[in-house]
Amino acid sequence: MRREAPQKLSDYGPLFFPAMMLIVFFVVPFATMIAVSFFQRQQGGFYVPAFQFANYERFLSLFFANVLGFSLMLAVTVAICCVLLAVPFTYLLTRMTRKVQIVWLVALLSVLSLSEVIIGFAWSTLFSRTAGITNLLVMAGIMSEAKALLPSFGAVLTGMVYQAFPYTVLVLYPALVRLDPTLTEAARTLGASPIKAFFTVVVPALRNTITATLIMVFIFALGSYLLPQLLGRPQHWTLSVLITDQAIYQSNMPFAAAMAVFLVLVTLGLVALTVLAGRKGEAA
Amino acid sequence: MTDFLKQPIGRRAVLGAGLAGASMLAMPSILRAQDKSLKVGVYGGYFKDSFDKNIFPDFTKATGIAVEAIAEPTGEAWLVQLDQAAKAGQAPADVSMMSQVAMLKGQATDLWAPLDMAKIKNGSNLIDRFVNKYPDGRVAGIGAVSWYITLVTNTDVYKEAPTSWQAFWDPANADKLGLLALVSNSFLLEVTAKTFFGGTNALDTEEGVQKAFDKLAEVKPNVRLWYRDEAQFEQALKSGEIPMGQYYHDVTGLAAADGNPVRSTFPKEGGIQDSGCWALSRASTKVEEAHVFIDYMSQPSIQALLSRKVGTSPTVKRELMDLTDAEFAAVSSDIEPIIPRYDLYQTKSDWLNQKWTELIVG
Repeated sequence: MRREAPQKLSDYGPLFFPAMMLIVFFVVPFATMIAVSFFQRQQGGFYVPAFQFANYERFLSLFFANVLGFSLMLAVTVAICCVLLAVPFTYLLTRMTRKVQIVWLVALLSVLSLSEVIIGFAWSTLFSRTAGITNLLVMAGIMSEAKALLPSFGAVLTGMVYQAFPYTVLVLYPALVRLDPTLTEAARTLGASPIKAFFTVVVPALRNTITATLIMVFIFALGSYLLPQLLGRPQHWTLSVLITDQAIYQSNMPFAAAMAVFLVLVTLGLVALTVLAGRKGEAA
Repeated sequence: MTDFLKQPIGRRAVLGAGLAGASMLAMPSILRAQDKSLKVGVYGGYFKDSFDKNIFPDFTKATGIAVEAIAEPTGEAWLVQLDQAAKAGQAPADVSMMSQVAMLKGQATDLWAPLDMAKIKNGSNLIDRFVNKYPDGRVAGIGAVSWYITLVTNTDVYKEAPTSWQAFWDPANADKLGLLALVSNSFLLEVTAKTFFGGTNALDTEEGVQKAFDKLAEVKPNVRLWYRDEAQFEQALKSGEIPMGQYYHDVTGLAAADGNPVRSTFPKEGGIQDSGCWALSRASTKVEEAHVFIDYMSQPSIQALLSRKVGTSPTVKRELMDLTDAEFAAVSSDIEPIIPRYDLYQTKSDWLNQKWTELIVG
């Protein structure tokens, strides 16, 4: 089938509905948020329309820079961990029989159906001293005494990787299924071991997919605000946690909006950099 | 449209429409029969359910005023709605239960209609601090209910009950505490001031607040959990995972009654007493009914009923009520309470919030 560029206005018809949805549910709320971020906070009240940069000024401090830095670092770490785990996992999954693949995919989808709250409380029980996994290790004689594994950075990371892992696999799966098996076969006949073939043929062939997956998981992880609260200490709270505090508990919408706008801008900037770097690497 | 009309109408649909129609016709007649009505805002969920069940029906029986309970959100969203509506001459609720900070914020815009104490005979029963006044002496609100936040411990881990808030500062309790995560709901500045600096007046100046923050910073290594979600701490306290902290007195008592190894202690410096006020929107036209309602709610017998059924601490003097010692101890204490410095959360909220966040996150 040959694709023709749209000629008449009506050719754009199918686009109207998604465009409307995007405008109503994304563009309008986001524009409102940007507007509110310039409004004036009234302490002991709500806010009044204005145009001022005070909310952004308050954000530009070492304290918030640290929180922002931590949030970005956490999201990047989650993305890298997920991709490191998911690429080999998905590759092996695509080599299995159809039946086994379906069972695995259904299991992963069922993890997706769990809410963040359930994941958070489940992991906080698993990591607890009184009912956690260390009790099993004590029973097995590996540890002498049960201990709490939370709150800690490791606990936050585990919870978030667990939550993002199914997404990662589902994004990688189509690309890996379509990967031409003759590529690895050729590598093998030329004498490469399976592991060498995986790293020198499969991974480079999937470079764009992996970059896209990293970005997706990064953005997904950046929005997390419940798991850091449930599994971490205050120093592990992300910027999203502080935004929630301002919006819900302090009713300081302008400041919350300013922080959210800043977070979105930084995220977009980082994504743009990644894409640019990827293009340059391809050209070289 | 015509297709829609041609659809066969099922038996259920007819019954349903009939019921809906009948109730629509019946509702206004009920209201008309009672003639007088009042919209009362209470916190949605547990509070509204308890009031709907235990308080409002008897009130209607006693006074002939029908009550329409409105579930109001906690936090300041309700204050904002009332304020916006009052500007347009509307009252989404006539009387509302408001937090103390919300009372002060409402005073700033003259949102609360002044109450006439001559019409509230039972007002003399109230403990003085539960009469909320404008700076010029007009009465803005009347204490509705109060509740305590106390020092709670797991009895398996702590055989002896602690006696003072100083236990939070004890190095022996490293990594054992669960505290509320916000400056405006933990009231730990007040606790620090009362425990170490002779009273909450120590917070009058910024230097005083700073001193309290510095002292509070010493607690940080002892804190395992800064919680926003109550269930998270309650569960950890019951299991002994986090064996000490601050929590609601009545809820802890209920958990102990269920056989959980927990106890709530009123420290010698006093428990933290937070409260809600009844306040009348200035846009309300039901001024008479509102006074009758507030008067009714201030009766010792009703406050005792609230203590027994809802678990709140009474706002009227103890000697006027027929609560037994055990019933009184379940919701309150004779130890002079720590009263939060609500004025600070109105005038310095952003500064306090920033300092607090830097303290616990930094």
